[in-house]
Amino acid sequence: MKVTGTAVKFGDNVDTDVILPGKYLVLIDPNELAKHAMEGIYSAFPEKAKKGVILVGGRNFGCGSSREQAPLALKYAGVECVVADSFARIFFRNAINIGLPVIEHKGISAAVNNGDEVTVDFEAGMIQNVTKSESFQAAKLPPFIMEILADGGLIENLRKRLNKK
Amino acid sequence: MNITEKILAKASGKNKVHPGEIVDANVDMVMIHDLTGPLAVEAFKKIGVKNVWNNQKVVVILDHQIPAESVTAAKLHKTMRIFAQDQQLHIYDVGKGGICHQVMPEKGHVLPGTVIVGADSHTCTYGAFGAFATGIGSTEAAAVLATGKIWLKVPEAIKINVHGRFQRYVAPKDLILHVIGKLGASGAIYKSVEFRGATVRDMSIAGRMTLSNMTVEMGAKNGIVEPDETTRKFLEGRTTKLLAPFESLISDADAAYQKIVDIDVTDLTPQIAYPSSVDNVKPASEMSNVQVEQAFIGSCTNGRIEDLRVAAEILKGKMVKDGVRTLVIPASQEVYMQALKEGLMEIFTDAGALVCGSTCGPCLGGHIGLLAPGETCVSTSNRNFIGRMGSKEAKVYLASPATVAASAITGKITDPRELEA
Repeated sequence: MKVTGTAVKFGDNVDTDVILPGKYLVLIDPNELAKHAMEGIYSAFPEKAKKGVILVGGRNFGCGSSREQAPLALKYAGVECVVADSFARIFFRNAINIGLPVIEHKGISAAVNNGDEVTVDFEAGMIQNVTKSESFQAAKLPPFIMEILADGGLIENLRKRLNKK
Repeated sequence: MNITEKILAKASGKNKVHPGEIVDANVDMVMIHDLTGPLAVEAFKKIGVKNVWNNQKVVVILDHQIPAESVTAAKLHKTMRIFAQDQQLHIYDVGKGGICHQVMPEKGHVLPGTVIVGADSHTCTYGAFGAFATGIGSTEAAAVLATGKIWLKVPEAIKINVHGRFQRYVAPKDLILHVIGKLGASGAIYKSVEFRGATVRDMSIAGRMTLSNMTVEMGAKNGIVEPDETTRKFLEGRTTKLLAPFESLISDADAAYQKIVDIDVTDLTPQIAYPSSVDNVKPASEMSNVQVEQAFIGSCTNGRIEDLRVAAEILKGKMVKDGVRTLVIPASQEVYMQALKEGLMEIFTDAGALVCGSTCGPCLGGHIGLLAPGETCVSTSNRNFIGRMGSKEAKVYLASPATVAASAITGKITDPRELEA
């Protein structure tokens, strides 16, 4: 799995309340959620993300509430994958479970500027800043997580596994 | 092994586990609520299994948007009621429960040594009872509903040793704010936080719950306290299940910790988390004239009877300042009833505070008491993020119930000890 896109960069400790404010949690349609992605700190984000972007975060990306609506809003807004120095653990799992690829590499946020072209090769665990011609070897995701992502999320993955039994 | 490792080893059928190891753990209890439940139900239906793996181990709690604040919320509640009815699950509906993290232990669904997952980040609260408890998302909850299992990476642990006696009007909330300020919002990311020491042994269940509850605000996977007689006393009469022997849940003397933090609370003073990050913590005594338009006492962090008692002690015979909307929200129906019996509701109402029915409401900017642009709230809840309680141009300061009550009287954020001076 390989993803390429323009980087949109955020800082440290981006919480799920700014990714998707609590008042929208009653919305069920992911396309409706997408209209409010990052509304707490960057309301023009859905417009920006439309063509497909790679979101770059600092430390502890997605901290706070367990709301899965946060990664859902990002995915449906056009985020192809999220790259960060570190993730809050619930966000990390949620993203994988809904089929939004995420990869962690300490120092990646300092190595990418807004607007840089970035490529992520998930099999190789390689993050490439195409604009700056720099590459970074991140820790690869374990095979069972790669399988979940390849299936588009945990539900399809679980369906397959249960059918096999 | 430490207590967290012991619980995860038992839950995954192993004699020993090591930090970093991924285990497939059996889940003892799963909780979903009205804002994360509907997505979980939708995902569950797609899996293709007819029934949940064990209907006695699933709890549905309506608490975030209750009573329904819109037709949209009413529809979500309806979805949850129908699912609970179809699957014959435990459900705590409007008027029958309250905030999920208070209701779960009150109703006997939290036992020491068990693995509990909940589709809410503050599920870590149950660590106060010596359970391994952690928050998950809706899709993951659906998978647990279907299989009763979850993969977990065994976390490295941070030991927080607490000793010394709290000064008057200094509370476990001040301690946990101090710890988060010290370790940072990502200071315990992916890790287990274990609270130990004489101060924790002497602490009420309510105080321990406040500590465990906020461990997620420093990124922790779980926040845990070894169970003891205090735990047993709380749970007695609330569960018919036999409590596992606590001896097997005590961390070994040679258990490994990634970090050990020692804290003496003797000189600890009331603490405040400034906007818009929970680790932005300073002593209340250093506040310089921060005016507030709203004071909120409640939430899964500080809506328990012990919290309401200290707030009432401060508010008794006083009036909240004009221009300060003061909201008091008991964490559950049980807390509400107890406060009523003790005459606390009368004290709050006489003081000009508004007592509302148990709900998460204002804490997450859901409903009841949202903030306008430019307004400031001092709150006993757990998050002060941008837009958390309404407008993204509003500010939220986090504090203890005593500090919030004192601030409601003066109209500005106030160290509660100053009112006595």
